[in-house]
Amino acid sequence: MPRVTRRRFLQISGVGAAAAQTGGLASLLATSRAPAYAQQTTLHWLRWNDFVPASDQLLKTKLAPQCEKDLGIKLNIETINANDLQARITSAIQSGTGADVICAVSNWPQLYADSVADVSDVAEEIGKAQGGFYDLFKIVAQNNGKWLGVPWTIVAGLLTNRKSWFEEVGYAVDKLPGTWDEYRAAGKKLKAAGHPFGQTAGHTFGDAPSFWYPFLWSFGGREIADDKKTVALDSKETVESVKFAVAFWKDCCDEGGLAWDDSSNNRAFLSGTISSSNNGASIYIEAKRKADSYQTDKGKPMKDDIFHTRLPKGPAGQFIYPTPMTDMVMKYSPNQKAAKDFLRWVNSKPVFEPWFTSQQGYCTGATTAWEQDPVWNADPVLLPFKDVGRISTRYAGHAGPSGRAAAETVTKYIITDMYAKAIQGMAPEEAVKWAHGELAKIYA
Amino acid sequence: MATVEAVSPRAYAGTPRRGPITRLLEDERWLASFLLMPTIVLLGLFIAYPFIKGVLLAVTDTKVGIPGQFVGFANFDKLWHDDIFRVAVYNTFLYTFVTTVFKLVLGLWLALLLNRHFRGKAFVRAFILLPFIIPTVLSTFAWKWMFDPTFSVINWMLFHLGMITGRINWLGDPDLAIISVMVVNVWRGVPFYAISLLAGLQTISPELHEAAAIDGARAWNRFRYVTWPLLLPVTMVVVLFSVIQTFADFQLVYVLTGGGPANHTHLFATYAYQIGVGTGLLSEGAAVSLAIFPVLLLVVIIQLVYIRRVETV
Repeated sequence: MPRVTRRRFLQISGVGAAAAQTGGLASLLATSRAPAYAQQTTLHWLRWNDFVPASDQLLKTKLAPQCEKDLGIKLNIETINANDLQARITSAIQSGTGADVICAVSNWPQLYADSVADVSDVAEEIGKAQGGFYDLFKIVAQNNGKWLGVPWTIVAGLLTNRKSWFEEVGYAVDKLPGTWDEYRAAGKKLKAAGHPFGQTAGHTFGDAPSFWYPFLWSFGGREIADDKKTVALDSKETVESVKFAVAFWKDCCDEGGLAWDDSSNNRAFLSGTISSSNNGASIYIEAKRKADSYQTDKGKPMKDDIFHTRLPKGPAGQFIYPTPMTDMVMKYSPNQKAAKDFLRWVNSKPVFEPWFTSQQGYCTGATTAWEQDPVWNADPVLLPFKDVGRISTRYAGHAGPSGRAAAETVTKYIITDMYAKAIQGMAPEEAVKWAHGELAKIYA
Repeated sequence: MATVEAVSPRAYAGTPRRGPITRLLEDERWLASFLLMPTIVLLGLFIAYPFIKGVLLAVTDTKVGIPGQFVGFANFDKLWHDDIFRVAVYNTFLYTFVTTVFKLVLGLWLALLLNRHFRGKAFVRAFILLPFIIPTVLSTFAWKWMFDPTFSVINWMLFHLGMITGRINWLGDPDLAIISVMVVNVWRGVPFYAISLLAGLQTISPELHEAAAIDGARAWNRFRYVTWPLLLPVTMVVVLFSVIQTFADFQLVYVLTGGGPANHTHLFATYAYQIGVGTGLLSEGAAVSLAIFPVLLLVVIIQLVYIRRVETV
C-alpha cells in the first residue's frame, strides 16, 4: 500500500472538502450525496420554546435526522424560554463560543449586527425563490442592505375574542367594533358583565410591545420624527393615546394585567376569565388541541367560541406589531459554511413546509409565497393571520430606523412603561415626558 | 527492636540526594505559598478576574460584540441622571433593610424555639430548611402562581374567608409588588438565619443559663444578658452574609416581576441584567453592578471591624 504522508493527506482531503463546499446546494442535491465535511459537522441551533410544542417535536424528531441524511450535518436543536435567549446570545458573543445558529426575536439582529455573519447570499436566494420577504424583515434584519440573518417566520398578535360574550353585549361577528372607541364601548359592557378584556402592561417581550406600539401609532404617536433622528414622542397625539389607555384600562381591562407575562393571558382566556386579548393564535390552537378540557360556561368546546380580529383603528390608522424571527449565523462560529448550507436547506419549500403545517396558522411565513399554502384553507378561524406579514409596515423606532436605539427602547420597556405609569396614576403628560426623556437619553 | 532499626540513620544511607523543589519546600515560607496556591488561583480566576474585568468594562463604552473605548466615568454620570437607576437604588436599600430585619427577628425566634427539647425535633429542623434547599427559581415560580392576579390561591383563600371582596393585585400594584418580593425573600432567608443561629445557641453552655436562673434571672434577662451577648458574633457573621446576598439578589425579582410593573421592583442586579444583557450595553450594565461595590465594601468593613472588636474584648 503506498504510503500517504500527513501533508499529502491534508492536501487531498482539503481539496475534496473545498470542492464539495463551493459547489452549493444544487450540486449536492444533484449528486444525491451529503457534503464531504472532513469530519461530521455538528451544528448547534438555538431557538425559543415554541408556543406550538408539536413544532419543536417535529424539529427534533424528524427534521434533525433528515438534516443528517440530506446534508451530513448533525443538528443539535436547543429550545429555551424566549425571555432567556438574550442572556445566551450575549454570553456566546462575548465568550466567542456557543450556538452556531441562533433564532433572534423581534429586531434583535440589529443589536448584534457586528457579531453575525453576512448571510445575504442565502437570504437573497430564498427570497427570490419564494416571492420575496415581507418589508418587515428589511426593517428588522437588514443593515445597509446586508442581511444580518435569514428570515424564518412571523408570529403575529391579533385580538382573540369570545364570540358568545361579544354577541351577548350586542356585537355579532358581522358588527364587530372596528375603532378603539367602539372596542372600548364593547369592553365596558363586557367588563360590567364580568368578562373583562385582558392585556399585559408588564415587562414581557411579546404581548406587551405587540399591543402598546400599534396602540401608540394608531393615535398618531411616534418615537422618532420624519427626519429619522429627532425624538418626537412627547406630542399631543401620544398624550391623547395615554389618556385613552388609562380610561380603557379602567373601563375594560382585567387590572391584573400590569403583572402579566406572555403566557398569563393564555391562561386567563382559556380559564374563561377574559373575553378578548391581543395574542398569537396559541390560545385558539390550545383550545382546539384540548377541546374537551377547555369549554365555555355553557359546556361547549371553547374553540368554537373563538374568533380573531385585528387591533382596532385609531384616528391615525390601524397597525400591527408582530414578532418576526430571524436565524442569525454567528460570526464566532467555525461552521459558518455549514450553517449557511443548513439555512438554505431548512428554508427550502419541501423542508420548511412540514414545520409550517405543524404551526397550523400560529405563524406566517417570512416570504409571500406562504400565503398560498393550504394550511390557510384548513381552518377559517386562523385565516386573519394569513396576511399579517403584508400589513406589518412599521416597527419599533418608527419613523426612524429600527436599529440599536430602537431595540434598546424595546428591551427597556419604555413605551410599555409609559402606559403602565399612567395606568398606575401618573398624569398622562408626566408619563409621556418621562418616556420622551428616556428616549432622548437613548438616542443622544 | 524493629522500631529502632526503622528510624536508624542507616535507613537513609542509600536514598538519593533531595531535589531543589524538595529543599525549597522545606522552607516554611515557600511551603505556605505552595499550599495556598490552589486557593489563590481559584480566587483570582473566579473573584479577582471578573471584578477587574467589571471595572475595566465600566469605564469603557463596550457593547455586545463591539470592543469599547475608554470613556472614564461617563457611564456613572449617565447612571446618576437615570431615573430607573435611582428607583433601583432605593428599592435595593429598602429591600435589603426590611428583609434583613424580618429575617433576623423571625430566624432568631425560630432558632430559640428549635433549641428547646420536643418530640420530632429532628424532623422539624429538617423541615424548616426546605425553603432554603429548594432551588430558588423553582420555589419562586410557585410563589408567582400564588401571587398570580387571576389564579392566586392567597386571594382565593381570603375571598372564601370573607376578608376581601375583589382580587388583590399582588404583582401589578407597585407597592404590593415590592412587598410581595420581600415576603418571598424573607420566606427563603429565614431558615438560613434559624439554622445558623441555632448552631450558635448550641455552643452556649447550659450551665450559664442555670447559674443565671439560680441568681434569679427571668427568661427575658437570661436572654438579654447571657444568650444575646454570646450569640452576637455569630449573628454578625450571619447578617453580613445575608446582607451581601440580599443586596445582590436577582432571581426572585427576575422571576416574579422582571423589574415591573413600570420598573417599580428593579434591584441593582435586575437592572444591570436588563441594561447589560437585554440591551447589550455591557459597560453600562457593569457600571450598575459596580455601583453596589462601595456599599457592600462599607458593610463588610464595619461588620468585620465589629467582629474583631468583639473577639478581642
